[in-house]
Parts: sequence; C-alpha cells; structure tokens
Amino acid sequence: MFEKMSFLTLQHYWFILVSILGALLVFLLYVQGGQTLIRRLGKTPIERDILIGSLGSKWEFTFTTLVTFGGAFFASFPLFYSTSFGGAYWVWILILFCFIIQSVAYEFRNKANNFLGAKTYETFLFINGLLGTILLGTAVATFFTGSLFEIIQNENGTISSIWRGPARGLELAFDFTRYETFINLSLGLAVFCLARILGALYFINNVDNENIVKRAVSNVKITAIPFLIFFLFFLINILVKDGFAYNENQVFMEPYKYLHNLIEVPIIGILLLIGVVLVLAGIFLGGFKASSKGIWFAGIGTILTVFALLLTAGFNNTCYYPAYGEYLQSSINIENSSSSRYTLVVMSYVSLMIPFVFAYIWYAWRQMNKRKINASDVEEGH
Amino acid sequence: MEQFVDFSLIDWSRAQFAMTAMYHWLFVPLTLGITIIIAIMETIYVRTGKEEWKKMTKFWMTLFGINFAVGVATGLILEFEFGTNWSNYSWFVGDIFGAPLAIEGIMAFFMEATFVAVMFFGWNRVSKKFHLVSTWMVALAVNLSALWILVANAWMQNPVGMWFNPETARNEMIDFWAVLFSPTAINKFFHAAASGWVTAGVFVVGISSWFLLKNRHKEVSRKSILIGALFGLGGSVLVMITGDGSARQVAQVQPMKLAVIEGLYEGEEGAAFSIAGYAKSTNNPERPYEKEMHSIKIPKMLSLLAFHEFNAFVPGITDLIEGNDEQGIISAYEKAIRGKKAQQMLRQFKDTKDTNPVEHARLKALFEDKEWIDNYFRYFGYGYYYDEDINVFRTNIARLVPNIPLNYWTFRIMVGLGCIFIIVLALALWWAYKRKLEGKKWFYYVAIICVPLVWVCTMCGWAIAEVGRQPWVIQDLMPTVSAVSQVSVGAVKTTFILFAVTFTILLIAELKIMFMQIKKGPKEG
Repeated sequence: MFEKMSFLTLQHYWFILVSILGALLVFLLYVQGGQTLIRRLGKTPIERDILIGSLGSKWEFTFTTLVTFGGAFFASFPLFYSTSFGGAYWVWILILFCFIIQSVAYEFRNKANNFLGAKTYETFLFINGLLGTILLGTAVATFFTGSLFEIIQNENGTISSIWRGPARGLELAFDFTRYETFINLSLGLAVFCLARILGALYFINNVDNENIVKRAVSNVKITAIPFLIFFLFFLINILVKDGFAYNENQVFMEPYKYLHNLIEVPIIGILLLIGVVLVLAGIFLGGFKASSKGIWFAGIGTILTVFALLLTAGFNNTCYYPAYGEYLQSSINIENSSSSRYTLVVMSYVSLMIPFVFAYIWYAWRQMNKRKINASDVEEGH
Repeated sequence: MEQFVDFSLIDWSRAQFAMTAMYHWLFVPLTLGITIIIAIMETIYVRTGKEEWKKMTKFWMTLFGINFAVGVATGLILEFEFGTNWSNYSWFVGDIFGAPLAIEGIMAFFMEATFVAVMFFGWNRVSKKFHLVSTWMVALAVNLSALWILVANAWMQNPVGMWFNPETARNEMIDFWAVLFSPTAINKFFHAAASGWVTAGVFVVGISSWFLLKNRHKEVSRKSILIGALFGLGGSVLVMITGDGSARQVAQVQPMKLAVIEGLYEGEEGAAFSIAGYAKSTNNPERPYEKEMHSIKIPKMLSLLAFHEFNAFVPGITDLIEGNDEQGIISAYEKAIRGKKAQQMLRQFKDTKDTNPVEHARLKALFEDKEWIDNYFRYFGYGYYYDEDINVFRTNIARLVPNIPLNYWTFRIMVGLGCIFIIVLALALWWAYKRKLEGKKWFYYVAIICVPLVWVCTMCGWAIAEVGRQPWVIQDLMPTVSAVSQVSVGAVKTTFILFAVTFTILLIAELKIMFMQIKKGPKEG
C-alpha cells in the first residue's frame, strides 16, 4: 500500500503524523497546567490530594507522547532531530530536566520516608508545569521565527549541522534585541496559559468536589484573558511576517508566507479556524457555564489548532525548521531532512497500529472514568 | 584526527550517556521481571479468589511502582541524549536507529502508560478480569519496549540490513527484517530481558528471605520465593543459552571485544579461557597498547566457547591491530588507510556532482560495488584514525583497543555471580517447595546479599557490551569522534553534574521509600 506512494507523499504523511503527535502533546499538557493549579484550587491537603490523584493516572500519557513525538521525529526527520537537539542544547536539557522531576513526584509525594518531603515533590510538579510548557511553546515558535544554525559538509563528505546561536538555544528566549524573541515567548506563554485553562477544565470534568470545581471555573475565566493576548500576538505576527519558503533551487523569504499557506491549502485554514472556535467554546462552557464538557471542546480545539499551525509551518514548500540570516540556505524542510523512502514505508505500516492504540486508550479510560474522583479515591492507588 | 578532535568532549559526552544509561539500568531490569511475577500472582488470585494472593500482588506492585517512575525519567533522557550529545550519529543513522525508537513509543510506551494507570488506580474501578488483563499488558509492554531498544542497540553492534547512500552521505535501511531478526538482536534481547527476570527472581527471593529472617509473613514469603525462584531460574537458563549465542556473535562481529574480555594479546589456535590474571606492560613504544598477560587458564575453553571448536583460532589484540597474514587478518593500520580512501571517494563523489558527471557516475557505481564495499567502505570509520604522521597514526590506532581491565574483570564478575544466583535460586526453590526453608538463617543472609549483587552482575553485563565496543558507536563505521555533538565541554560537564546530582537524589529517595515499604510488608503495602 505505502510502497505505491511517492517519496514526497510519504514525507507529507509523516509530517502529518508528527504534527498529530505534537498536537496531542499540547492537549495533554493539561496535566502540566493542572499541576500549576494544585495550590490555587486545592486549599486543604485533601483537596490537593484529590487534584494530584486526578492527574496521577494521566501524567504518563503526556510523558509518553513527548517520548513518542521525539522518537517519531528522530525516525522520520532525523536532520531536524540532530540539528535541534544537538544545537539548542540548553533549551532541550532544561525541558528534559523539567520532565525528570515530574516523573517521580506523583509516585513519591505521598510515600513515607520520601527523603525530600511532599512539598518538594509538589514544587517539582509546579516547575514542570510552568517551565515545561513555556519552554516547549517557545521552542515550537522557532518553527516560524528561525534559529541560527548551519548545515555543513565535512572534509570527508558527510553532513553535520553546526549551531551558530551564541547561547545554545537560550538566545531564542532571551535575545531581546531581536523582535522574534517576543513572538517565541508569546507562544510559550500562550501554551502555558492554555495548559492552565485545559487543566482547570479537566478538573471540572474529572473531580467530584464542589469547592475545587468552583475555583476551577473562576480560573478558566481569569486565565482566558492573558491566553488570548499572547496567542493573538503570536498568531497575528506570524500571519503578517515573511515566511521561510523554498523551491528547487533555494530558500527565500516570502511576504505573508504563513497567511498564504492557510489560504492556498484551505483545509489547514479551516482546521485552524474550527480549532480556535472550539477552544473559545470550551473556555465559554467551562468558565461561564461551569460545564464539564468544556474540556472536550477546548481539547479538540487545541488539537486542531496546533495541528493546523504545525502543518502551516511545514507544508506548501515551507521550511519548518528555518535558519535565518546568513544561514538561510541551511533551513530544514520535509524534503531535505527526512529518512529514506524505505524507512518511511516501513514506519508507515507501523503507523497503522495507531488507531488500535487510540482504541485501547479510549476503552481503558472509559472503564476508569465511569465515575468522578472524590476524597474516597485518594486512599486508593499505590 | 588529533587536530580537530577534543577528546575531553568525547569523554564527557560518553560519561554523561554512560551515567544516564547506568541509572536507567538500575531500574529497568527489575521492571522487566517483576511485572511478570506480579501478573502470575494476580492470575492465581483471580483463579483462586484467595485474598493472600491479592495481598502479595499489591505488595510487589507497590515496589514496582516506586522503581518504575525513575526508570521512566532516565529513559526519556537517554532517548533525547542521542540528539543532544550524539547529533552527528542521529543524522548519520537516524534512518535505521530512529525507527525502533519510534516503534517502541507507538507499540510499547502507550500500552505501558494506559495499563499502568489501570493496574495502580483501577482496583476499585474496573472488573477483576480487566484488571488482570491490564497487569499482563504492562508486563508485555515493558518487555516489548526492551525488545525495540535492544534491537536498536544490537544494530549499533552489528550493523545489518542497510546500505550507504553516497548522495545523502547516510546509512539507510534496506531490510527491516534483517535489522529486527539479526542474531545479535535476538541474543541481545533475550539475554538482557532474561537478566531482568533473574534480577526480579533474586529480588523477590531476597526480600522474602528478609521477612523470614524477621519471622514475618511466613506463608506469603514462602509462596513468593516459590514463584520468584522458579521464574528466576527459568531466566537463568535463558541467560546462559543467549550468553553462549552472544559470545559466538561477538567472536564473529566484534573480535576486539572478545580479545579484551579475555585479555588475549597474541591470538592462538585452541585458545585457553583465562579464569583470573594480571597484565604487565611491555613498554614497547611501537605498540603502546601491548601487555604481557599472566593468568590461570582452562586450555582450549575459549575456542570452544567462541566457535564451538576446540582448535579454532581466536585472534588476539595484537593480531587485530598489527594484522596476521597467516590467518588472513588485515591490520588496523591497513583498515584505516582503506577507510580514509573510502572517505576520500565520498568527498570526490560530492565534489564531482556538478563538475564531472562521468567521474561522478563512476564513483556512484563504486558505492554499489559489493567488492569495493567489502574491501573499503566497511572500514569507513577506521578512516578517522588515519594520519600521515606515523607517530600520531600509532597513537590513534592504539585508541582502537578498549579498556582491558574493565572488560576483563566485569566479564568474570558477571559470569561468577550468574553461577551463584543459579545455585541460590535452585536451593530456594527446592526448600520452599519442600517447606524446609524454616530456620535456615545462613541461607536468608545469602539470599539478601544476592539482592545488591544481582545489580552488580547486570551492570557488569552492560559495561562489557558498551565499553567492549569502544570506540565504535556503529561497529567499524562510526567512531565516537565523529558521532559527538559539537557542544562545549563546559556545557556537557555542567549537564553531567546536573544529571548526576538529580539522579543520585532520586535514587536516594527511591531507596528510602523502597526500604520503608519493605519494612511495612505486604499487609500495609
């Protein structure tokens, strides 16, 4: 089946899959957002236990999606993996560090003799929720704003990528002499706010505790304002800015490239529009109607929005990991960074398993979430 | 090579990866085995309905949960360190190496994440049967996960199912099944997974023995010992079979690794197996790696183990470095010259793309010519060690010899401990079955001491696998010098310290919690 597809189609197919994983990852960051709300929504130890218990059975999905997102990118677009991870060293190390401290927190927090004390583990969860989301969002924004790296040919004919940024990726968040830094940070902060909104909506849906739900509802409203400011700042900026386009011969800056992508590939534009509307509907349902359905609207909306944004960055002859300035020609697109045709075909067959994965996740979650979590569940678990 | 390679960068990058891998492997082997033991116990509970089996299941599950979290964290770092610290490697072979990692994520990690949640939080939320299925799914998922990462590791040790594409200057997969079913991959998976099963067996027997020593939970401990010992023994048999298979693979594909494990300098027919010994330097400036080995030996045993023939020739370190015409072994110097030639051909191929289409086509044909590939391209990685200055060349070539004492002793510790575990597990099984464990205090102590030792044993196994293949990231094709990310040494040192401190704190926390849970015992668990 996949053997008959052209190499270019396979490259597009894999960019779609990676984008789906990225979109799911952003949705699943509701766990991180929820972690930053533990002290805000949980005023008593029992309430905090309920909140952490509610997230405790879900955190691993975010973690797993992050790992699979990395693995899928490694397998399908190794030049990106090599360039970004080996280049923006500090950014990725910090992101990884945020996730290390998260993984033990749920398991160790309430255990006797846990060495660091429950508060430290709760702080780990907060750091993960705060920095993890901001850094991931900032890193993804560089798909539109570019980084400083160069793809070079070594003396022996092999290819390497060399990072030219002065601070190993940190310049993308802290070089305030460059306007694009504000665009990067705005997406980082928008992702953070969105994660908090999704976290609150998730609690409204999953927790059986009046006080928590009340506070979560009010939190959705409060966070919606900065979210909209940061997100619109990012969206408007990328729609009006020059984008990194390429043709057979070269990479070049095209005015309104990302706007053109949304128009020239209308399905992406439509998905983005539907996504944004659904996120707003989710916020409205959760924040103004206290509806437990808010998470579904905002969740699906988040997936569609992020999916559309990632496709905007990589489809329609666009360089999804651009190098700017004098290194423009080193920009990475889906054609020059992908694995071989054979690997993409093999991996495409593997991708047929994904619907089954969704099916068993859905079935297991349905079994587990037949009733909401309350104080009596806190003692359960391990 | 000397001019542009910063060896301290390579050393620190290796140290960081090794440290992460070792911390990861502190947690993974127990996970591999104990999930199956838990699943067996829960199956008995579901079938018999006896609460004590549920109690046992929950107790061992608690210990698994504590262990599992840090394994997940370190695993995440390992995957991304391929990118952060070995970025040239990621691009050179991402095609082949990335695929198993992605499959691991899709196939195993989601299964693990889904059913671990049911396993821990679902006791009162899902039916008994669905819970049992979930526990088995976790056991399957963690072992599946091991399969894919070990397939990837095996490919680095024995690169098969690929060709070198000069257009992209990368290794590309051409046969997925060859990668998946290579003898190295099969042996490696079963050897590593079964070593995890032994670890879990020894762990269960050791902890249960502690309860017996304290006169607590006697029946639960006896039953745990029965299952743990039986399971651990089964794992031991598999470890022995695949250990033999691995040794034969190493003899064929990584002869230098075998030579350093044995401290074998001069190759010989009917080579003896060294039980224990020491080496003295020969102070030969032309052969800086050379030493004189003195040891207690079992005649012909090495030839038998490596080739299943008493009189087979086993090449030594000197044969592999200096060459041995009689045995048809070309020297490392010659390999470096040929590797350099292959690299030059690649460069010319690239340079002639737009200027000389005829020459370009000729060079392209070269990269598809099996004879040229076998004689030149297969030594591509050796080319990095070539230098026109003979003294530098000599120093470079000496780098092709991995650390001998480390490989020599870790192998002996691994095998020796493995044999001890078989005896301990067999005795535990027999006495638990015959209900004769009562009062055997000395045996309880032995079983308890075996718990930390089983980790020493499994760590030694990985030390051999990884240090023994140095300096190759991909055997013969890519050395660490060309795989490393060009990050500053200071940055890698900093992250090394960051991870070392973090992992150590997490390990201390893990051990403290684990000891407390063990102290509480099954009832409270």
